[in-house]
Amino acid sequence: MTQSRHTMSVQEPSERIKNFQEVVGGYQENEAISEAQRCLHCKARPCTSGCPVGVNIPDFVKKVAEGDFEEAYRIVRETNALPAVCGRVCPQERQCEGRCVRNKMDEAVSIGGLERFVADYHMAHSAVPAPRSVDGRRVAVVGSGPAGLSCAGELSRLGYRVTVFEALHLAGGVLVYGIPQFRLPKEIVRRELEELRSQGVEFVLNAVIGRTETIEELFEEGYEAVFLGTGAGLPNFMHVPGENARGVFSANEYLTRINLMKAYTENAETPIFFGKRVIVVGGGNVAMDAARCARRLGSEVTVVYRRTEEELPARREEIVHAKEEGIAFRFLLGPKEVLTENDEVRGLLCAEMRLGEQDASGRRRPIPTGNLVTIEADCIIPALGTSPNPLLARTTKGLVFQQHGEIQADEDGRTALEGVFAGGDAVTGAATVILAMGAGRKAARAIHSFLKQK
Amino acid sequence: MNRIIRREQLNENVVRIEVEAPRIAAKAQAGQFVILRVNAEGERIPLTIAGTGEGTIRLIFQTVGSATMTLAELQEGDEICDLVGPLGTPTPTKGYRRAIVVGGGVGCAIALPVARALSERGTEVISVVGFRSRALVILEEEFKEVSKQRYLTTDDGTAGEQGSVCVPLQRLLESEKDIDAVFAIGPLPMMKFVAAATRPYGVKTIASMNPIMIDGTGMCGCCRVTVGGEMKFACVDGPDFDAHLIDFDEAISRNKTYLCFENEARERHCRLYRKQVEDKQ
Repeated sequence: MTQSRHTMSVQEPSERIKNFQEVVGGYQENEAISEAQRCLHCKARPCTSGCPVGVNIPDFVKKVAEGDFEEAYRIVRETNALPAVCGRVCPQERQCEGRCVRNKMDEAVSIGGLERFVADYHMAHSAVPAPRSVDGRRVAVVGSGPAGLSCAGELSRLGYRVTVFEALHLAGGVLVYGIPQFRLPKEIVRRELEELRSQGVEFVLNAVIGRTETIEELFEEGYEAVFLGTGAGLPNFMHVPGENARGVFSANEYLTRINLMKAYTENAETPIFFGKRVIVVGGGNVAMDAARCARRLGSEVTVVYRRTEEELPARREEIVHAKEEGIAFRFLLGPKEVLTENDEVRGLLCAEMRLGEQDASGRRRPIPTGNLVTIEADCIIPALGTSPNPLLARTTKGLVFQQHGEIQADEDGRTALEGVFAGGDAVTGAATVILAMGAGRKAARAIHSFLKQK
Repeated sequence: MNRIIRREQLNENVVRIEVEAPRIAAKAQAGQFVILRVNAEGERIPLTIAGTGEGTIRLIFQTVGSATMTLAELQEGDEICDLVGPLGTPTPTKGYRRAIVVGGGVGCAIALPVARALSERGTEVISVVGFRSRALVILEEEFKEVSKQRYLTTDDGTAGEQGSVCVPLQRLLESEKDIDAVFAIGPLPMMKFVAAATRPYGVKTIASMNPIMIDGTGMCGCCRVTVGGEMKFACVDGPDFDAHLIDFDEAISRNKTYLCFENEARERHCRLYRKQVEDKQ
């Protein structure tokens, strides 16, 4: 019980900034067993209550400790459709691990590390059964990101015949266009999708619901319920002068070119801008991803954030890794103007800030001090969050939307349209993978009870 | 899926293909576009739908970059890897008595379905189409069918009137008093000049923007255009906007973002193509 937390192997910063391979290596079998043995099996199970999808953490950890990895995987998979993904990208320090009682002794059990381990173990030791077609009542899922996949997985477990519609040419949503290879290898996403296909979930790519087909038409085709997991993909900009100069790219554009279109590989035909000095504006996971991608493409990178390090919303590990990779952080600076020459970016003029009173989000509000600071750059990437995708709002009659385009839905995902459910970023605005998954799973249950009564 | 059933070389650089795409064909309206990826390594490029047939859509494109060069190499029977659409807001073609449709170069491919949609709705269409030279003139017959009056210009005077589309346009604006709208579709500088020509007459003018895009659903923000001082996304808010409000200079500048990269890709493509030809010989 005195054993301290096992660390996972990490690629050396000097090496990893030259490649896009995964930064963190997982546990070995003996390490996983030993880490799992650190669990105190407390009665209260605070870890599970800290998990948005309610994974039975102590149970699966116990199985890992016993060396029964497949059984551990089965337990995780009961409530989590994408364990290999969540083990890698969840902000565990604010969820399961944040509530672990072992924090009071030394450090939390590495629940994320163990989740990743059992998922990776399962992938390495068992082949995915071939995709199968299933009977059952049909449900359409719009969007193949975390919310949609989680909803599809749960519905198919409940015996429904699920079709997932995806607008892009590849399924996975933010997992494939947003989160970089070095944090979440795309092979992992592909494998998780294969697992869903083997459960009977079908995928239709290149289908923009609202344009290619409407929700109404989905019902006409025989789908009895529709889940909207369309995400928050509309990038927010800085709204400062010079923002449309050549060299300013939304983090979404920059990351999509790199992750979805593989612009970092030799054969890819999608262009990417190689900045000498890149400024990323923002402090969330997307900002860290953009900064670390730029670093790997050979840029000098500075992250500009208007609050202090303490308020950075990104996952702890990403901030640590970004710093190790030589990314500079400039705090208490807000963008004021993109400085240009011949329509090309030359720098960013920033207003210096200090922190004032707490705002509605509970964080202290940045207030300009009146001082201005200029940072040189030839490329600026605003990573200031995203709003829900605008397409459905414009093309679907009867759906009700909130002020920033969020689909209005109740706790269980019911929208204003009968038989239409929604969840994830499309409802909440940009949040995390796991919260979207939780919402997708909840909506699946609601769809189940809706169809039982129908 | 997405099989090319007909392919035609319209001029040296412009190709027309007809592609099997029943879902898109059923929905497509004038002004809407598709995004396609020729092969698994390819770039996603937007192309406006130039017309529809029985379960098919027609695409007309100019070979300018690596992606369109690869697309131009596909033959009848070949398939396009990915094709998604119809995207964008359809061009509003309802409620006009008389309208001028101005097309420039390969932009005529997009101007034609707009002219057709207007004509089918009872609008009297006057078309003004311009090209660099006689050898590049396309869709002559098609424009005749849908236009009450038709004007052709070439930069070098080898066909029609010498000069830009603005020459006959200016005359029409002077002589014809009841023009409800002008639709401008072509290179950005042309649309900029059309907007400048119509502004003094206060004639509603709509331009079809063609910025760089990735997803086409409002996600990348790469197609942002300033219209009336506001940021608009061409993929979901457009591609058509009030030409009198568009910041054309900014749009022209933004389209040059990846110029270096594009030139390099084109070079690479040409080298590869030459090598394949040499290898065959």
